[in-house]
Amino acid sequence: MSDLADLTILDASAGLRARSFSAVELLEATLRRAAITESHLHAYLTIDRNGARAAAEAADAALTEHGSDDRPLLGIPVALKDNMVTRGVETTASSQILAGWKPPYDGTAAARLREGGAVIVGKTNLDEFAMGSSTENSAYGPTRNPWDPDTVPGGSSGGSAAAVAVGSAMGGYGSDTGGSIRQPASLTGTVGVKPTYGLVSRYGLIAFASSLDQIGPVARTVGDAATLLEVVAGWDRYDATSYRGDLPNMSGSLDAGVEGLRIGVVGELSGDGIDTEVIAATRATLDRLSDAGAVIVDVSLPSTEYALSAYYLIAPAECSANLARFDGVRFGLRVGGDTTAEMMAATRGAGFGPEVIRRVLLGTYALSAGYYDAFYGQAQRVRTLVRRDFATAYEDVDVLVSPTSPTTAFPIGARATDPIAMYYSDVCTIPSNLSGDPAMSIPVGLDAGGLPIGFQVMAPALGEELMFRVAAEVERAADFTARAPLATSEVVAP
Amino acid sequence: MSRWEPVIGIETHVELQTASKMFCGCPVDFGDEPNTSVCPVCLGLPGALPVANREAIEGILAIGDALACTLTETSLFYRKNYFYPDLPKNYQISQYTYPLCVDGHIEVDVDGEPTTVGITRVHMEEDTGKSLHQGDSGRIHGAEHTLLDFNRAGVPLVEVVSEPDIRSPDQARAYGAEIQRIVRALGVSDARLEEGSMRFDANVSVRPEGVDTLGTRAEVKNMNSLRSLHRAIAYEIDRQIEVLEGGGTVVLETRHWNEDRGVTTSMRSKEESEDYRYFQEPDLLPLHIDEAWRQAIRSQRPILPAEKRAGYVELGAAAATAALLADSDDLGRLFTAAVADGADARSVGNWITGEVVAYLRSADTTIDRTGLTPEHLGELVAMTSSGALSSTAAKEVLRGVLAGEGSPQTVAEERDLVQISDVTAIEDAVEAVLAENGDAVDKIRQGDAKPVGFLVGQVMKATGGKADPKIVQELVRAKASG
Repeated sequence: MSDLADLTILDASAGLRARSFSAVELLEATLRRAAITESHLHAYLTIDRNGARAAAEAADAALTEHGSDDRPLLGIPVALKDNMVTRGVETTASSQILAGWKPPYDGTAAARLREGGAVIVGKTNLDEFAMGSSTENSAYGPTRNPWDPDTVPGGSSGGSAAAVAVGSAMGGYGSDTGGSIRQPASLTGTVGVKPTYGLVSRYGLIAFASSLDQIGPVARTVGDAATLLEVVAGWDRYDATSYRGDLPNMSGSLDAGVEGLRIGVVGELSGDGIDTEVIAATRATLDRLSDAGAVIVDVSLPSTEYALSAYYLIAPAECSANLARFDGVRFGLRVGGDTTAEMMAATRGAGFGPEVIRRVLLGTYALSAGYYDAFYGQAQRVRTLVRRDFATAYEDVDVLVSPTSPTTAFPIGARATDPIAMYYSDVCTIPSNLSGDPAMSIPVGLDAGGLPIGFQVMAPALGEELMFRVAAEVERAADFTARAPLATSEVVAP
Repeated sequence: MSRWEPVIGIETHVELQTASKMFCGCPVDFGDEPNTSVCPVCLGLPGALPVANREAIEGILAIGDALACTLTETSLFYRKNYFYPDLPKNYQISQYTYPLCVDGHIEVDVDGEPTTVGITRVHMEEDTGKSLHQGDSGRIHGAEHTLLDFNRAGVPLVEVVSEPDIRSPDQARAYGAEIQRIVRALGVSDARLEEGSMRFDANVSVRPEGVDTLGTRAEVKNMNSLRSLHRAIAYEIDRQIEVLEGGGTVVLETRHWNEDRGVTTSMRSKEESEDYRYFQEPDLLPLHIDEAWRQAIRSQRPILPAEKRAGYVELGAAAATAALLADSDDLGRLFTAAVADGADARSVGNWITGEVVAYLRSADTTIDRTGLTPEHLGELVAMTSSGALSSTAAKEVLRGVLAGEGSPQTVAEERDLVQISDVTAIEDAVEAVLAENGDAVDKIRQGDAKPVGFLVGQVMKATGGKADPKIVQELVRAKASG
C-alpha cells in the first residue's frame, strides 16, 4: 500500500505500534486525501485540523511513553456525522437552524473516542437532521458518491460513508434510524453497521426518532467495523435506554466461518422492486455462503410489507417532538417576530429545510387528537407485528439476509422531487430499526455501471457476534477489493 | 344560596426537594443567581437525554402511599407537547396513562364534619423554567421583554389530582392544608405556597341541588396561599351562580385569580386550548415498581397527620388541641411527655394552646429556645389544681418559666405568688381577725352577711394576699356563724 490513507484500521494500528509511521503522519495522509477529494465530494462540513493534530500528537506521545498502550483506535483518524455533538466543534446536523452552534459538551460516542485516543478529523455531511437517503437534503449542499460523482452516496450518513470509501477518514460513525448507515454503506462499497438498539449510547446524538436512532460505524472492512463499534458500545448512565448487560464480542468470531449456520433469506425484501443486478449479486453471495457450509432457507416476514408505512408515521411523530426545541430561544438561528410565537414560527420556517418541515407536519398530524389511533397507534401495532415476525423467524434460523438497498447509487436529483421514491430506498433496512435488532451491510460486488452493491445481514438482538461472523464470511467470499477512484475531475494539491 | 351546590376538584403541584433534578444531575437547591443550576439536559440542548431520578420516584411513591393510592406496577412517561419559551424542549416529560399512583383518598374535617375526598391520580412530571416579564404589567401582555431562568426547569414536580368531591371553599382549604401537612410530614417538600413549591389549580362548577350531572367548570389558577384558594373558589362559585341565575351559561375556560382585586378573570377558553399530542416518551423505559419496592415505601411511611391527631385525642386532648399539636412536632412532644409524666391532658393541652402558643408567637421563638420543659408543665398543672397558684398567678408563673427564670416553684416563690392553701395556717389568721372585729361577727350571727366580705379582706390583708380566697371565705363564714 503506497498511501497510509488506504490502510485498514487494523493495519494502521499495527503500523503505529511498530513505529513504522506516526499518528501525525497518518493524520497528514488522511488530510492530504481530503484535500484531493473534498472539492468534488463534499463529505465533510467541518475539518477540525487543530483538534485532530492535537489528538494525533497526544497519540504519538502515548505510544512513546507506553509502547504497550492497546487502545484499538489510538491514533486512528475517524470522522463523525455532524448530528453527533462535539464539544467546541460546530455541530449543525446539516441544518441552517444550527448554523454556527458550538456545543458545550461531548456526546458519549465522541467522549469515548477521545478517551480511546482516536483522532477526530471532522464532522461529516448528512441529510438535514438525518432525514433522507441521499445526503442531498443538506443545508450546506450535497455529498457526492466517490464511485461516480454524478450519483448520491446514499444517506443520511452519506458524508461518513463517502469519506471512508475514499480514504479521507479511516473509519466513520453515522446514525441509523431507518437505514441511514447501511444504505450509504451499500451505495459506497463500505461496511455499515446498525447495532442492537441500546448498544451504543445516544447521548449527544441529535435526535431524529428516538426509539429508532442508533449510532454505528462505517468502515472499509468487517474487522474495522467491529473495532470501531467496540470502542463506542456499552452502557452509559446518560442514556436510560442504553443496554446494561454484557456486550457481544464483536470481533471474537470473525474467523469462525458459517459451517452449519442456518441463514434465512427474507422473501419480502428480496423480490419485487429490487434491481435485477442487486438480486443477482445477492444470489451469488448466498451460493458462496452455501459453499462455505451454511444452510440457506427461505423465510417470510409478512408484516414487513407494512413496515415502511409504519416507519413513516412513527419516525415523523417522534421527530415532531424532538425538533420542537429548535425554537430560536436558547441557541442557533433566531428570526425576529412581534411576539414569541411569531419569532418561533419564523425561525423554524427559515431554519428547517423542506423535508424536515414535511416530516414535522406529518408527525404533528399523526399525533393529533382524533388521528392518533388511526395513525400513530396503528403504526405501533405494526411495529409489534414486525418484532413478532423476526422473533418467529429466529426460532428457525441464526441470521436473516437480504439486499441492503433495492438499487445501487442513483443520480443526484433523481428522487429529490419524489419523496415516496426516496422513502422506498430504505425498504430493506427499516424493518430492523422497527424491531431494534442489529443489521449490517457488506459490499459484495459492482453493477454493470461500476457501482457497489451491498448485502445485508440481520441478527437477533445482541446477536452481533454471530452477525459479524457471517459478515466476515460474506466479505471473504465476495473478495470485494475494488476501490473508489480518488478523483474524476480537478485535483487540488494539499 | 341553598339552591346551588358547588362541585370542586383540585390539582395540586408539589416540587420535590430532591438532591438533584428529575432527569439530570443539577442540584435542586439553587440560589438566586439565574441559570446557574443548568446543564445540557435541563436546558434541552440538542442530543441531551433524560434519566429518571430514583429519589424523586421514591418521593412520589411516598406521597401516593400516604394518600392511600394504589402504586402502579408498570408506569409510563409521556411527552406533553406545547410551545412555551420557558419549556426548554417544548415538550414536558409527564405522565398520561399508567401514572405512578391511582385511586387514593384522604379525609378532611371542617368543624368536626369529616368528608372523604378521592384522589384520582398522582403523577410525576418536570417543572418548567421561570419567565420574568420585564415591564409595567409583570405579565406577558404589555411586557417589554422577557428574561428566562432555567434553574427551576426539570425540578421534580408531583401532581395530585383530586376527584370532584369537594363541596365548599372551607372543604377546599381543609383539603389543601391536609395535602400540605402530609407532604411536609413525608419530608419530601417544604410545600411553601408563597414560594411556589406547592401550587393549586381548582376546577369549579355549580349545579342545582339534587342534580347528579356536573355543571360546566372553570379552572382557576394562581392561588398562592390557602387563604387565596378559599377566596378564589368562593368568588368563582358566586360568579357562576350569578351567571346562571342571570340566565347565562358558564364557559369552559381557564381563569386567573387576581389576589389584589379579589376576582377571577378569563385567561383562555378551553375550546381553543392546545392539543398536547401525548405520546410515550421513547427516551425513558417503562418504570417497574416491584412488590419489594412498594413494601419498602410502605415500611418507611412516617406517622401521618391524621394518625397524629388521633393519637393526641387518645391521650386526652380535645380535637382542636390535637390538630394544633399535630401541626407542631415541638408542641406535640411537649404535650406527650407532660401527659406521660402523669399530668392532666386537658389542662396541659389548654396551657399549650393558650399561654404557650401566645408566648411563642409574641416572642417569635420556638419551644426549644424557651426554658419550658414537660416537667415544668406537669408541676404548673399540679400547683394550680392544689390551689398553690391562682389561675392569674399561674399565667404569670408560666411566662416566667418560658422566659427561663426556672421551674414554676422557683418562679412562684421568687415572685411571691404562692397561695396559702394550708387550712390551719389560714385558720389562725381568721381567728385573729374575728377576735379583733367583734361587731362584724355579731352582725353576721344576726343574719347580716354583708360584713363577710370585709372580714375576708382583712384576712387577705393579714396574710399578705397569699391565702387562697376561697378557703378564707369558707372559714370566715363557718367561724363567724359558729
